[in-house]
Amino acid sequence: MFPRLKKHTVMPGFGMTLGFTLFYLSLIVLIPLSAVFIRAGGLSWHSFVDVAFSARELAAYRVTFLASLAAAMVNAAFGLVLAWVLVRYPFRGRRVIDALVDLPFALPTAVAGISLTAIYGKNGWIGRWIDPEGDMFLRFLSANGLLGDCTGYGFAGIRVAYTELGIFVAMTFIGLPFVVRTLQPVIEELEPEMEEAAATLGATRLQTLSKVILPELMPALLTGFALAFARALGEYGSIIFIAGNQPGKTEIVPLRILTKLEESNASAAHTPYAEATAVAAIMLVASFILLLLINLLQKWSRRHHAH
Amino acid sequence: MKTKNKKSSETGFFATLFTVSNSGEPQARRDPTWMRILLSIIAFSFLFGFLFVPLIAVFSEALSNGWRVYCALFIQEDALAALRLSLLTAAIAVPANVLFGVAAAWAITKFDFKGKSILVTLIDLPFAISPVIAGLVFVLIFGRHGWLPEQELGNFLAPLAALSRKAADAGFFEDIFRALTSWLDEPRIIFGVPGIVLATIFVSFPFVARELVPLMQSQGRDEEYAAITLGANGWQTFWRVTLPNIKWGLFYGIILCNARAMGEFGAVSVVSGKIRSETNTLPLHVEILYNEYNSAAAFAVASLLAMLAIVTLGLKSFVEWKTTRT
Repeated sequence: MFPRLKKHTVMPGFGMTLGFTLFYLSLIVLIPLSAVFIRAGGLSWHSFVDVAFSARELAAYRVTFLASLAAAMVNAAFGLVLAWVLVRYPFRGRRVIDALVDLPFALPTAVAGISLTAIYGKNGWIGRWIDPEGDMFLRFLSANGLLGDCTGYGFAGIRVAYTELGIFVAMTFIGLPFVVRTLQPVIEELEPEMEEAAATLGATRLQTLSKVILPELMPALLTGFALAFARALGEYGSIIFIAGNQPGKTEIVPLRILTKLEESNASAAHTPYAEATAVAAIMLVASFILLLLINLLQKWSRRHHAH
Repeated sequence: MKTKNKKSSETGFFATLFTVSNSGEPQARRDPTWMRILLSIIAFSFLFGFLFVPLIAVFSEALSNGWRVYCALFIQEDALAALRLSLLTAAIAVPANVLFGVAAAWAITKFDFKGKSILVTLIDLPFAISPVIAGLVFVLIFGRHGWLPEQELGNFLAPLAALSRKAADAGFFEDIFRALTSWLDEPRIIFGVPGIVLATIFVSFPFVARELVPLMQSQGRDEEYAAITLGANGWQTFWRVTLPNIKWGLFYGIILCNARAMGEFGAVSVVSGKIRSETNTLPLHVEILYNEYNSAAAFAVASLLAMLAIVTLGLKSFVEWKTTRT
């Protein structure tokens, strides 16, 4: 059917399966996605820049990007420890803990969003201990509370819900499985000889971990980091509840797209949807670059482990 | 691997944590005790604070007004309508993506062709894209100012509407064709159920293919070649040789796809319009109740979704256990 496309084989079904795959892929993903670029391309270069890089948009890019970066870094650090403990320290109930790691994949984002907001709100389980208005905080940890009475000093309190910190917490939650899941198989397949050789040559365990194991895990760690970062950049559901969504301060980019879309649905603008698509196009380009980077990292990782 | 697991189940969590000499690892691969304790504490507090607490909080908040109030929330008409719509959406999106996933995995793993790696990357695309954009793209096509707005779609579908009306008038599956006719007369995609289904298909698109491709790659083509050499046709080969080999991987993909389909929020919220009892899925209903300051009700609905997540994780572990055992 496609004489030059594939090598000759007796296996049946090439035309049908590839044909259906391409048809479905185009219909559901490619054609709809191209709409973003075609619509955004309808704008002149000047108005595109005006729309996509207005002050409010720039603030949204900034907070989304920085919070994603911070969340991905925290996930990389703790994910590394978690993956190591899960693979190397056998304990009872490991299967349950291991399954729990995937919770952010399985739990709907809206559920995570309201739950995190409840926990970190000033009456929440964690919020009441750290929020400047939390009752336990005022009673125990503030300058006027027990700590202040005893030492003369107190904490200033940290507000998480409805601040940038809330965005960071939600992004950390949803990005958590990526680093663990990319590292686990790599740690499992580390060759014992490497560590044994290092020990025989007189390295302390800490030296072995930092100079032999960590470099070996680096490609996978970076891949996990990039995956968590990409996920955090686009995340919407878990963040909007806890972010507070103050214009120019805690508005994330996906929310800006949605707001602009709703505005253009209501009005009969000259170039409808153009503003939303301009911001969406920026996001899409960022996603594509990350996807490319992740693919390159995975290739590097595979080469790294080939020998 | 197996002996290590057995060892751990004999010694138990704390014993293993604090025992140095009994660990199954050789000396050179074992971390010092202080490090084992420190890293375990860091890992478990992170896990506890970021995963376990949010999960427990959902149920605790849902039950904050007592068991009775909690149960009463489930017989509310809005919540039931949202549940029905979520189930309907998953019932369409999951089979569609299974069909695609199997076809894509067959094409990718059983044949060598140019551009294969590009195809694999494109299949992963929906994972890399913000759910809000996944919703946006369908508004760009079917929305009021889109490429195919309702009016034009209506003109386009008019012949089909006429056909469907004839079928209904003839008494052929009358209810179904009456409903179909009324939709075809005024086709509504955005702010309607079809938009929700499309957005859901988009975001849950890669799960099955992604599970099957590596699995079928590792299994190779020999068994299929053998079946075909012995005279089986393509379908027989698939049903009798390939499917039994991939059934757990397929099941795994279906569970993940279903969880995403039932739980999707961002993409669906762009296209839904959130009309109560009409275009409201469970996650959207959570948001509506929450924004109405009806926190207990929001968490009650959320707890239903959290239970679905727990079941998903349970089934997932079961499949992993089942496949690593053999």
